[in-house]
Amino acid sequence: MKVNAPEAKIKLRTERVNLFYGKFQALRNISLDIQERAITAVIGPSGCGKTSFLRLFNRMNDLITGARVEGRVELDGIELYDKAIDVAELRKRVGMVFQKPNPFPMSVFENVVFGPRRHGVINHRQLEEITEKSLRLAALWDEVKDKLHQSAFALSGGQQQRLCIARVLAVEPEVILMDEPCSALDPMAMLKIEDLMRDLAENYTIVIVTHNMQQAARVSDMTAFLMMAEDRAGTVIEYGPTSQIFTNPKDKRTEDYITGRFG
Amino acid sequence: MMEKRAAISRQVTQRFAFGLLLLATLIVVAPVIYIVLYMVINGASAISWEFLTQPPSQAGKAGGIFPAVIGTFYLMLGTLIFALPVGILAGIYLAEYAQDNWLTRLINMAILNLAGVPSIVFGLFGLGLFVLTLRFGMSLLSASLTLACQALVMTVTTSREAILAVPREYREGSLAVGTTKWQTIRHIVLPQALPGIITGTILAVSRAAGETAPILVVGAAFLLPGLPQSPFDQFMALPYHLYTTSAHIPGMPKSMMWGTALVLLAVVLSFNFLAFVIRMRVRQRRYAS
Repeated sequence: MKVNAPEAKIKLRTERVNLFYGKFQALRNISLDIQERAITAVIGPSGCGKTSFLRLFNRMNDLITGARVEGRVELDGIELYDKAIDVAELRKRVGMVFQKPNPFPMSVFENVVFGPRRHGVINHRQLEEITEKSLRLAALWDEVKDKLHQSAFALSGGQQQRLCIARVLAVEPEVILMDEPCSALDPMAMLKIEDLMRDLAENYTIVIVTHNMQQAARVSDMTAFLMMAEDRAGTVIEYGPTSQIFTNPKDKRTEDYITGRFG
Repeated sequence: MMEKRAAISRQVTQRFAFGLLLLATLIVVAPVIYIVLYMVINGASAISWEFLTQPPSQAGKAGGIFPAVIGTFYLMLGTLIFALPVGILAGIYLAEYAQDNWLTRLINMAILNLAGVPSIVFGLFGLGLFVLTLRFGMSLLSASLTLACQALVMTVTTSREAILAVPREYREGSLAVGTTKWQTIRHIVLPQALPGIITGTILAVSRAAGETAPILVVGAAFLLPGLPQSPFDQFMALPYHLYTTSAHIPGMPKSMMWGTALVLLAVVLSFNFLAFVIRMRVRQRRYAS
């Protein structure tokens, strides 16, 4: 596992963030710095707001009526909830992979080029190049290069999830948010995605939400442990290098959680 | 002993319930079968090439129903042209953009209530608005617009439902690669919802094709010398032809009346069948992976 130099650049940052869904507070006072070109894992019991936290960074919470954010959320020091922010442009820079593989009901090729096409790439040669590059990056090219024009639904679950990663990579993001990307996959497919994440971390900032603590321990550089308070609002209990969180947690609750005493 | 008796009584109740359910189902199906059979038996003898391709003569007592078939066809086409785009656009608005506020609730309530408006009221509305106020006259155009208003209830509702039925995962996957809301609707939501929208629209239009009351007052004619040449011409239509020949023409051959009814039923059912085929094909495509 990579050792984090203290001068590692901060890519994403939240500062005293509160998130509300109507009257319900989902996150309270979250302040976290997320390092560039590293994998940050977010762990915690079900319902503690991990996914809501992740969705702060590509403003996916905006889709929920009544969602409201207080505090600062930054990408490269720029406030993301500013009125001047073009949300589509932001989501191009901050891609997202979902819990359940969600390829579109189209061919493998059309899935990958969906983003680039919408962003104005029309040259077919160029689209083919993007497809090969993205699928190679997603470690899927060798498996699908002969079935680019078949339905994406014909792929296995693990392949579908890597296709979804390729679809995100095709728009050349800087950050990839992953919301329990392996929870619907078998162990072999999961290991493949974890390898892929390690490779991608060379060039991308990755934030992964996972309920699988072994996974967090295996792949991440930094780990944040979230828990809900009595009113069910999620708060950060502990945040630090993964090796420290898993071997020498400072908070009793973190220790209880990672040793499987609850959650 | 007691237990055995209880067991028998449970069996009897079970049989009785089953029989009752079957009976209710048969009561639903029997009239449909009876109507179709009755029309085939009484009307089939009138169906001939001449009947389908010749204009009526002797006030409908002889000749064919060709202009009425064509008129009904034009009418369906006209209804489709107006009802489909408006239905889709309104469906998109209601499903994707409308906020949950008093205006939206009012619109939804209006749509629901529109479904309960008697068709003759739609006819009078069409007479007032399209025929008189907008001066489209008694014409194919007025009738198409009137029927489209009536069909809109169903096209808007089915469009909205079909759009809402598109899984959230697809929308999120699309938004997550930086597309705008409209791009997501245009390239993900609509292609997925279109079969449902088209099915609903076909059903709405085929129902409109069978309407008599509204077109009575906005442009249907009993007899015309030729086919309509423009949207501003009057037209003949199967249901209206059937109504006038059976109600106002003494000595009308029964077989011709049933033959006309049979053709009308065939037109409506064939469109329903078309909608069914589209739905089945889409379902197959969706599950064949």
